[in-house]
Amino acid sequence: MTTTEAPAAASHQPLGPGFDVPGRETTYRETFNRTLRDELNRDPDVFIMGEDIAGGAGRTDEEGKPLDAWGGPFAATKGLIQDFGPERIRDTPISEAGFLGAAVGAALTGTRPVVDLMYFDFVAVAFDQLLSNAAKSRYMFGGQTKVPITMFARSGGGTGHAAQHSSNFYSILAHIPGLKVVVPSDAYTVRGLLAAAIRDDDPVMVCNHKKLINTTGFVPDQSYTIDIGKGRLLREGKDVTIVGMSWTSPVCKNAAEQLAKEGIDAEVVDLLSVSPLDEEIFLDSVAKTNRIVIVDEDTPRASMASEVAAVVSEKAFDYLDAPIKRVTGPHTPMPYNRGLEAAFIPDEAAVAGTVKNLLNV
Amino acid sequence: MDIPPDKLAWMYTTMYRIRRFEETMLEQTFKGKSMGVTHSSDGQEAGPTGICAHLTDKDWISSTHRGHGHCIAKGLDAKRMMAEIFGKATGQCKGKGGSMHIADFTKGMLGANAIVGAGIPLAVGAALTAKYKGYDSVGVAFFGDGANGQGVLHESMNLASVWKLPVVFACENNHYAEATPVEYAVAVGDIADRAQSYSMPGVTVDGMDAFAVYDAAGEAIARARRGEGPSLIELKTYRYHGHFHADEPHKYRSKEEEDSWHARDAIRNFETRVAEQALMSQDRLTAIRKEIDQEMLDAVEFAENSPMPHLDELYSDVYVSYSNPLQGLR
Ligand SMILES: Cc1ncc(C[n+]2csc(CCOP(=O)(O)OP(=O)(O)O)c2C)c(N)n1
Ligand SMILES: [Mg+2]
Repeated sequence: MTTTEAPAAASHQPLGPGFDVPGRETTYRETFNRTLRDELNRDPDVFIMGEDIAGGAGRTDEEGKPLDAWGGPFAATKGLIQDFGPERIRDTPISEAGFLGAAVGAALTGTRPVVDLMYFDFVAVAFDQLLSNAAKSRYMFGGQTKVPITMFARSGGGTGHAAQHSSNFYSILAHIPGLKVVVPSDAYTVRGLLAAAIRDDDPVMVCNHKKLINTTGFVPDQSYTIDIGKGRLLREGKDVTIVGMSWTSPVCKNAAEQLAKEGIDAEVVDLLSVSPLDEEIFLDSVAKTNRIVIVDEDTPRASMASEVAAVVSEKAFDYLDAPIKRVTGPHTPMPYNRGLEAAFIPDEAAVAGTVKNLLNV
Repeated sequence: MDIPPDKLAWMYTTMYRIRRFEETMLEQTFKGKSMGVTHSSDGQEAGPTGICAHLTDKDWISSTHRGHGHCIAKGLDAKRMMAEIFGKATGQCKGKGGSMHIADFTKGMLGANAIVGAGIPLAVGAALTAKYKGYDSVGVAFFGDGANGQGVLHESMNLASVWKLPVVFACENNHYAEATPVEYAVAVGDIADRAQSYSMPGVTVDGMDAFAVYDAAGEAIARARRGEGPSLIELKTYRYHGHFHADEPHKYRSKEEEDSWHARDAIRNFETRVAEQALMSQDRLTAIRKEIDQEMLDAVEFAENSPMPHLDELYSDVYVSYSNPLQGLR
């Protein structure tokens, strides 16, 4: 099985479960914060911009230190301004297009900006800068330049934020040549992927699902990176391949564990990046299981689920014993009501039910 | 400007209704009755009240995440607003929008909007409809100091000016955008000064004084109706609570600052003024308050006893021409 994508750099990271390294259980939130801190310490060219990433901008506390009233949306940047100062932890006016564009300009001229876009939906406010400047500069200027920016934002539903604060349009971003998009699924992977994103010379979007932010997981003490464009197996199995990304990865893993109790042995692939896309990992898996279910919280039309399905039908058609199945949200905006919202988001039951239908059990 | 007696009573009723709605809504949020975040506008009552006092159901407003006050001033029903926040089928948007998306198109209320700045061009577009169809309607865009950072505000003001559209840009400068003080994020001292760059009148008004707002808005709206184009009104005001229900404002603003604004409370300010000038009797004020207090109890009861939306509502309203689009392909 070959893949047309992703540089095949030797995997140097301790991927997969059972890390034989010192570490501890940490929340996704705390891990994210710690990774930013590591990277700010590593490289003086790294700085962060975003709305209320400190909060109370321009004001000081009793000790004369800059206020850190909010510590960023979801406390992602908490404490950073007091250690790194307002030049490097830069609160912005509400000007997503302006400051993302400024990040691109700063990156073109020798710095490595990190931009907090708060909610994933606000990517749309800055989209022109992302699409036309960040992603295209290197190519249209004939390789003269590079745009080493990292963007991050919170995606997904499940928190009652309704239609304008719950988007998951990963495929819209994955569609853009020149942009990389990572979808970590736990504290361990966000550490490695965020560090890799900040050190990467291309623009990278880091998608943090809101429901992951308070989850905890084992995280090694030492700093590490995870190759952008590499997925991982969350579970090995032989009966069916289930593919997840971001929040749907733990959903797939839980569904697989339920299915195991019913005698179904599912393999779970966690994409981790949607661009570049690790085709090899799910193609190899399908070659073994002959069945695939892709689980994506995004709306179905032209989604990442559709993209994975297209790759499988193109490159692994002969291995398939059953139709490719997608489990996604419906083709609707995110509803506000909790019951409707829950019905939108793919859950374990939907995944397990789809797998059982596929296997005729 | 002299305010007719029934208008005065309407203004008091509206301000008190906004105040009590926000207090009740926050209480209910803390009881877990809201299905999402809520942004209270108490403290800012005079702005929407003084402006909407000049509007009818044929005029349009656009709003923000902090939209309850705009809704009430535009005549929306507190019951259906509360039910929307509770996520109920009887809510203003069938429970599909929530606090940040309350709308009522029969009242010319084009929707609360959760993207900062995104509502502004909608009021410009409504004004375009008015001009296009020869209505004497106007569009009012409510937005915060924070929206001054967004390009779309500036594009909208320029567009409205070059097309001489009947729009009022109503900036509620409550001095903070989340935790960011206005002086950090906005390059001018008085936001009204920006009007100059778009060749329109701009005035800074005491946003805690419903009479002052009424006067300024009266002029701007009359000008718009005469076909003379847009205006910008900056309302200096203050939100009494945090940015959203769980925000602790003392992390970024002082108690003294809060006290100084409470001392200028819009409702108390109004009560004093009408008493001094013998414009409304104490009995009348008391009766209005009683009525509204009951209305809020009724609104909560209505929301509480209303049914949840049917699961099929997940798929409806996506398109005009068909419902039940792709249902997730399970
Ligand atoms: C485009 C966009 N960026 C950021 C946010 C997050 N956000 C919600 S409200 C807000 C502050 C808005 O401040 P202001 O316009 O002054 O209105 P206020 O909250 O004071 O009423 C921010 C940054 C958003 N909703 N939309
Ligand atoms: Mg404000």
